[in-house]
Amino acid sequence: MGLDIRWPIGLMFTFIGVLLTGYGAVNRAASITSIDGQEIDINLWWGVVLLVFGVLMLLGAIRGRKNPPSV
Amino acid sequence: MQPIQLHWIDYSILLAYVAFVLGIGWALARYMKTSSDFLTSARSIPTWVTGLAFISANLGALELVGMAASGAKYGIATAHFYWVGAIPAMIFLAVFMMPFYYGSKARSVPEYLQMRFNKPVMGLNAIGFAVMTLFASGISMNALAKLLNQLLGWNYHVALFVSSGVVLVYVLKGGLTSAIYTEVLQFFMIVLGFAPVVYLALKDVGGWTAMTDKLHAVAQNPMALDLNTKAFAPDAWTSAWKPLLGGPANNPMGVDVFAIVFGLGFVLSFGYWCTNFLVVQRAMAAKNMTAARNTPIVAAIPKMLFPALVILPGMLAVALTAMPDKNYRIPPPIIAPENYARAVEVIKNTNPPNPAAEIKDVGDALGQKVNADKITALITANAATKLSDDQIKEGIYNAVAAYDYDSVIFSLVKKYCPAGLLGLALTALLASFMSGMAGNVTAFNTVWTYNLYQAFFVPDKSDGHYFWMGKFITVVGIGLSILCAYFARQYNNAMDIIQLVFGFVNAPVFATFLLGMFWKRTTSIGAFCGLLGGIMSSTLFHAFTFAHGNLPGVKGGYLGMKIEFPSEMAQNFWLAAFAFTVCFGLTLVISLATRRTRTDEQLKGLVYSLTPKIVDHNVPVWQRPAVVGTVLLAACVVLNFIFW
Repeated sequence: MGLDIRWPIGLMFTFIGVLLTGYGAVNRAASITSIDGQEIDINLWWGVVLLVFGVLMLLGAIRGRKNPPSV
Repeated sequence: MQPIQLHWIDYSILLAYVAFVLGIGWALARYMKTSSDFLTSARSIPTWVTGLAFISANLGALELVGMAASGAKYGIATAHFYWVGAIPAMIFLAVFMMPFYYGSKARSVPEYLQMRFNKPVMGLNAIGFAVMTLFASGISMNALAKLLNQLLGWNYHVALFVSSGVVLVYVLKGGLTSAIYTEVLQFFMIVLGFAPVVYLALKDVGGWTAMTDKLHAVAQNPMALDLNTKAFAPDAWTSAWKPLLGGPANNPMGVDVFAIVFGLGFVLSFGYWCTNFLVVQRAMAAKNMTAARNTPIVAAIPKMLFPALVILPGMLAVALTAMPDKNYRIPPPIIAPENYARAVEVIKNTNPPNPAAEIKDVGDALGQKVNADKITALITANAATKLSDDQIKEGIYNAVAAYDYDSVIFSLVKKYCPAGLLGLALTALLASFMSGMAGNVTAFNTVWTYNLYQAFFVPDKSDGHYFWMGKFITVVGIGLSILCAYFARQYNNAMDIIQLVFGFVNAPVFATFLLGMFWKRTTSIGAFCGLLGGIMSSTLFHAFTFAHGNLPGVKGGYLGMKIEFPSEMAQNFWLAAFAFTVCFGLTLVISLATRRTRTDEQLKGLVYSLTPKIVDHNVPVWQRPAVVGTVLLAACVVLNFIFW
């Protein structure tokens, strides 16, 4: 089919990653999980993970457009 | 549990997901020109996509809710559903069976049966499969609607209809390709949405060793948590094989090694992975033979690692429940607020304290068994200093001596996820339920259109007609799934029910494929009688057996004579083993007694011994199914050994 699945995956996770990272940075009070007294900026860090994944997928999609995959 | 308030960030993530899946449907709609585009993706999809869709199609309610529930109930032995009950069968499918499914150009698994045998055999399989997909889909949607109702306070019926509506739209637009693409999207959502929850829960418990220490204590006295009615060896929740070797009485699953290896590992597992069109359809949509054969192989890699994501949360939930300072318990079954109110009144109006009567009255008010020690403690505390209604209610909530295991996963999400992450995890759950429905519906519409409607009722119409029928039956299928969801609403552990239905339909079917594909002497009459006999025998077996603790009725034992099994799971595994054996025996004997109707030439490409072997010379070593499959099997053995 003509649509490379990496586009929607990449776009969606980039979008959610930006959203979550931004929310975690701006609204820290509502974004931490505290475990045994230790505070974890879970939204911020996980947002970054999603963002990196999304961008990698987009890079894959861009590469795929230049040279269509063989497998 | 109080409903959670969602924030704008959670809604944004949820809406982003829904927008993307609908967008995928729209983007694909312009490629849908024939019934083949719509129902079979016209065999055009790359391996990694079909591979992830293959595993994702199986990652519905069954996986997330059921496996976490089983992880809590049975511990790490639940991993047998992966390492024994999935990987070997997936590799067998890739190496031995895919060449026939893909090479025969059948459009569905039942259609292979028509080519190998005849229409009646295909029809029997197609009808059984169609019924099963509808049930599976209904169970998945029921779990979703229940989740949204419990977690967010949304209306059950609205949740059910809205999420079904989203699935309907994207499947109608993009057909099978749409379902496959959203399954891949869902795969990443699940992994990336749940990894942080598992990480946080594991960190909270204090790491792996702290968890196993806790579970050792729990296993020796599960009565304290009302988790089981008898004590086990310390490793009952933390070893996969050792508790099974002690026999059904010595593990919480109540099964023995034979039931696991033959019932689950061979019959149920091969029946599901090798003949269930829902998953095989993903491999059949691959763009060439190598891609098709590698689909289950690609899928086996994440499948092997999934226990960390889906079973571990259940085990962590038990450990957390056993740690009083963590302020967590696996939620009790849902009890109406007015029942709680009545129970609170009982505690408040206890003057002078009379625990024995109180405990009974509280239990009656709730309609659930309660933990006597906890209620006594609550009464004592209330007598010392008057507690508020909410405090009493919380005490009663914690004293309910029953668990709604299916809500384990939701309760962990609720405990650990702040706004934002909550939206992500929730969307991942929603995604898995919706794609579970989409997967079932796309398999159902293909089997109905090609194998029932075209084969039996309206054979000679234009492709446009079947394209139309494919779309029409998609709508009908979703409607029937909704009906099945209401049916499933009555049951406690969806997992056991699914296994039961698989037992009826899937267990005998693998015998038919095994003999059909690998023994050219198998005749159509033999196959038909064997399959019918197998299905009937599984139904009869269910009617004459029941599991310990169950009353005769829906769960078996409704026909007088009763054989008792230590657990429902044992009953299901033995049912599968029995039905398989009946089907295998009948097919074998009747085939020998009847004349072959197909010549060797006609069976070329359909039977192993009459088909030229595939030579993988031009395929790189790391892409050869037999090579990679062997490596994966070895890895699987290592995993079993580590968690022995």
